[in-house]
Amino acid sequence: MLEIKNLSVEVDRRPVLKNINLKIEKGEVMVLFGPNGSGKSSLIKAIMGFSGYKVTRGEIILNGKNVKKLTMDERAKLGSGIMFQHPPEVRGVQLKQISEYLCKDKMKIETLAKELSLEKHLERDINLSFSGGEIKRSELFQLVLQAADILFLDEPESGVDIENISIMGKVLDEYLSGKEKSALIITHTGYILDYIRAGKGCLLIDGELWCSGRNPKEMFEEIKKDGYEHCRECHGKI
Amino acid sequence: MEKFDFNEKDAELVASSGMDLSESARSASFLQEDSVVLFSRSLQEGVEIMRMEDALEKVPSAKKYYGEAFKELDKTCPENTEGGYFIRIKKGCEVEFPIQACLFLKGRAFKQRVRNMVVVEEGAKAHIITGCASSGSAEESFHLGVSEFYVKKGAYLNFTMIHSWKEDVSVRPMSAALVGPGASFVSNYVCLKPVREIVMYPTAVLAGENARASFNSLILSHPGTLQDIGSRVIFKEKNTQAEIVSRAVSLGGKVVARGDLRAQAKNVKAHLECRGLVISEEGTIHAVPELETNYRDVDLSHEAAIGKIRKEEIEYLTSRGMTEEEAQSIIIRGFMDVDILALPEMLKDEMKKLEEKTLKGSF
Repeated sequence: MLEIKNLSVEVDRRPVLKNINLKIEKGEVMVLFGPNGSGKSSLIKAIMGFSGYKVTRGEIILNGKNVKKLTMDERAKLGSGIMFQHPPEVRGVQLKQISEYLCKDKMKIETLAKELSLEKHLERDINLSFSGGEIKRSELFQLVLQAADILFLDEPESGVDIENISIMGKVLDEYLSGKEKSALIITHTGYILDYIRAGKGCLLIDGELWCSGRNPKEMFEEIKKDGYEHCRECHGKI
Repeated sequence: MEKFDFNEKDAELVASSGMDLSESARSASFLQEDSVVLFSRSLQEGVEIMRMEDALEKVPSAKKYYGEAFKELDKTCPENTEGGYFIRIKKGCEVEFPIQACLFLKGRAFKQRVRNMVVVEEGAKAHIITGCASSGSAEESFHLGVSEFYVKKGAYLNFTMIHSWKEDVSVRPMSAALVGPGASFVSNYVCLKPVREIVMYPTAVLAGENARASFNSLILSHPGTLQDIGSRVIFKEKNTQAEIVSRAVSLGGKVVARGDLRAQAKNVKAHLECRGLVISEEGTIHAVPELETNYRDVDLSHEAAIGKIRKEEIEYLTSRGMTEEEAQSIIIRGFMDVDILALPEMLKDEMKKLEEKTLKGSF
């Protein structure tokens, strides 16, 4: 599904990712841990092809295709979908328009909008005066309609109250449990792990990827207990 | 409707200015080509529609009002006009379907000079949709339209003008409205196709207490063109209100979006809003909002914002699979929002379709 080989990325000529190697199989859910500023969002943005994220080395293989030279829309069409942490407001463009662009099945749009309590938001300009929870639900809504093969979720639970996390968790679990779709999830609170079955975890510190492939729940418990400083100490001994 | 020797292309151009040649859901129609009136008829009692020259002979109020609105503004009108429409909605008559008029420019290098007048008598209510369009044959042509509006006590006029010109046509509209006590004048203006040069500053004079005016415009500017378009409201009586809203997108041409609110009486309330989007590096949008009063208890405000499409918005949409062009197009369409026009549902749908058709392939 996704394979990253020796990937190094710079932003404003500053290295943010160093020699990353990562593989996510079809149907696999990987959780990405790491302290603030460690490069987690940069990794997702580099994979998607955002401007300003310059790949200086390495390859990104998506669904068997090297996407390094592809534009963002081409990468999206190849199956990658991103949940924005802070999506921009787009005046004059309604959520409904994007939904209908992503999915031709109007029934599916309606049903899913209902499930995510977004019926009224369909007619609204996208993200304009949306609350934190509404933004996340709308992002997830779009990704499911896009039917993306691999989801990049950047803190899906931030700014979302517990009730909404449960609604989102249910939709997300349903989407991923078919073992057809994959995901790479960034989480600080770990709440989302209560709803989905994540197989593997990995840790990004100072732009480097450590501990790839461990049980994510165990990793999260350790991080909660000892903090990321402990990870640095532990890594230093290896 | 009678048959004309319109070729398919011209019929389409006429339609692009909002004219429905089938006349279904229309109360009256008027169509002029160059200086010749091809058609003029009313389908509704209480609505008169005819060539201006005929009205000056037959209708006393036409003669009475002729030029009055411009006198109010101390302006002299160009003479030597040929044709143009006179529309009168009689006292108390509420017209359900819109009245339509189209001024079509066909002759090469022809200088069309028309004189229009709309009189909405006391308590009457009407929607008018007028279009100006030019045929492919109208090279290097010129259009001058002098229009005056009289909206009498308690009357309502919703006037929509669609300009559908082409790159080598120059246009000089001149228009003035006199709005009586408790009356409302709504003016919607849409110009999406290229035009070499258009300069206009339509003005409404609120000449009675509790009168209202609103000007709304959607302007798309193509490379190498100039659109200097303003709206002015003069508040001569107390308790009057107005709103001016405009949206301009420059694909490379120059837009001067003017707005002027002059409160000359007490308790006036008005707002001016201008938003512009510059798409091409060659494009220019110059917003000139003006507010003016000698009175303390007036509430005049304006907001103007000009910018480009933010990169984040484009990337947001491309991350969903839209190409950059698709993303830009959907944002521009959203910006040119037909909803800012105060249109009845029926015309709103027509306008949305019209806009969709006109914008297709524009960028």
